[in-house]
Amino acid sequence: MIELRHITKVFNRGQVNEVTALQDINLSIAEGEFIVLIGSNGSGKTTLLNVMAGAILPSEGRILMKGEDVTQLPEHKRSRWVARVFQNPLGGTAPDLSILDNFRLAALRTRPKRLAIGINAAFKATVRDKIAGLGLGLENKLQQPIGSLSGGQRQALTLLMSVMDHTDLLLLDEPTAALDPKSAEVVMQTAERIIQEYRLTTVLITHNLQDAHRFGNRLIQMAGGKIARDLDAAAKTRLRVEEMYAWFG
Amino acid sequence: MIFYLTALILGLCLSAMGLGIFITMKIFRIPDITTDGSYTLGAVVTALLLTRGWPLPAIIVATMAAGAVAGILTGLVHTRLKIDALLAGILVMTGLYSVNLSLLGRSNVPLLDVTSVFTALSIFGEPVLNELWVGLLFLSVLASLLAFLLRTDFGLAMRATGNSESMTRALGINNDHMKIIGLAIANALTALAGFLVAQYQRFTDINMGIGIVLVGLGSVLIGDALIGWLGIRSIWLQLVFVMVGCILFQMVLAVTLSLGIDPALLKLITSLFVLAIVGIPRLLGRHAP
Repeated sequence: MIELRHITKVFNRGQVNEVTALQDINLSIAEGEFIVLIGSNGSGKTTLLNVMAGAILPSEGRILMKGEDVTQLPEHKRSRWVARVFQNPLGGTAPDLSILDNFRLAALRTRPKRLAIGINAAFKATVRDKIAGLGLGLENKLQQPIGSLSGGQRQALTLLMSVMDHTDLLLLDEPTAALDPKSAEVVMQTAERIIQEYRLTTVLITHNLQDAHRFGNRLIQMAGGKIARDLDAAAKTRLRVEEMYAWFG
Repeated sequence: MIFYLTALILGLCLSAMGLGIFITMKIFRIPDITTDGSYTLGAVVTALLLTRGWPLPAIIVATMAAGAVAGILTGLVHTRLKIDALLAGILVMTGLYSVNLSLLGRSNVPLLDVTSVFTALSIFGEPVLNELWVGLLFLSVLASLLAFLLRTDFGLAMRATGNSESMTRALGINNDHMKIIGLAIANALTALAGFLVAQYQRFTDINMGIGIVLVGLGSVLIGDALIGWLGIRSIWLQLVFVMVGCILFQMVLAVTLSLGIDPALLKLITSLFVLAIVGIPRLLGRHAP
């Protein structure tokens, strides 16, 4: 699905504050894999996610998306494959636009936005059904500005927006970090349901080791810009949470 | 009566600029002050082509194209060179002053003996009523087109760009392109205001744009305050209230002048009036969101 070959990222090259965020990363993600990415602050996991999304272009190395070289493509062109949910609930939605408007744009992620009115009765009905599936009671508030909702509601909607159009790769960057425990649980359950239902290839960054243990079928630990551990589904199932805590000793 | 009608018609003419400033200020959240230059540019192009006998539809297209080019220049300076939007606007606006003066050839061109948009579409015997109806017609068409544009998928993408750039990037929208297109549309509208006002006052003057951005900002702020108070969500009604703001602004200025205040003080009064619109809500502790 996505292949990273010898990816290195150096920030501020040649200056006193030079940082090597990623060091010769080789990673191949197969279709349907749900990778949980953990690591301490500064280990390079967010940079890795941003390199996949195209928000950061690598200093060296190549990125292949379904066999196509996308190394130089900026983020707005990688949206053909990639959907994102940000740590900040404000990041993934346009607050002043209505829920419906936000979903309309999400439905056009891989396509051009044309000079035609795209929100019709059929589209409204589709969105209402999808949102009703969340069980948050938001299906009757489609015209409300999305900014008037709580962070948890917005994250759950952002997750749903990511499957409004075809998605090859879903990137979740600490989607629950800004939420209270109850909202976080709702968002993670929504994520799991959507990922299973649409068989999405997913990369989730989290600092919550309980979540890292509970979700996903592959676990990668980053340290110092490198992949420190890479556990497949079987090894991940055998892993106990206490062992993971020990990694961060 | 005529006195208020004049302010009303002028407000309508300037509403084209108000709509443009609404796009940059409220939709894209870019402080664009190319306005002073593109407004005069619109009036200059209008004067040149009207006196050469061009048909009005062609003049409208040419005026809008000229304004769009000015907006694109500001947009390119802002996005490609990463220069602050305010500075980018000042650069283009200042450069436009020379362009306008060179194009016009002199500082003032009267438009007395030409068929203007206001005389071409006359249906009433009374000139003031004709001007009012033409102004209303023109702005209704303009606002309808703009409201349609903002409701299309492309328009949604425009509105989202000023709202959450990380979201739009992730949804396949090129934010830089959007900003350039937004500035082009805004300044095309501003140039149209120049087109209308030049024909309404029957002359083009090289200095007619000085400080006009402030009139536009104040008008949009009035409109925005009304939109906020009334809790208006429909984009079409929002545009209507921006126009109402433009008209109210002209009314206030007209009333001020009618009190016998020296016209030389008009810019100062405009400035203080906008300051009051911006400042009073803050003094009352009701910060605009």
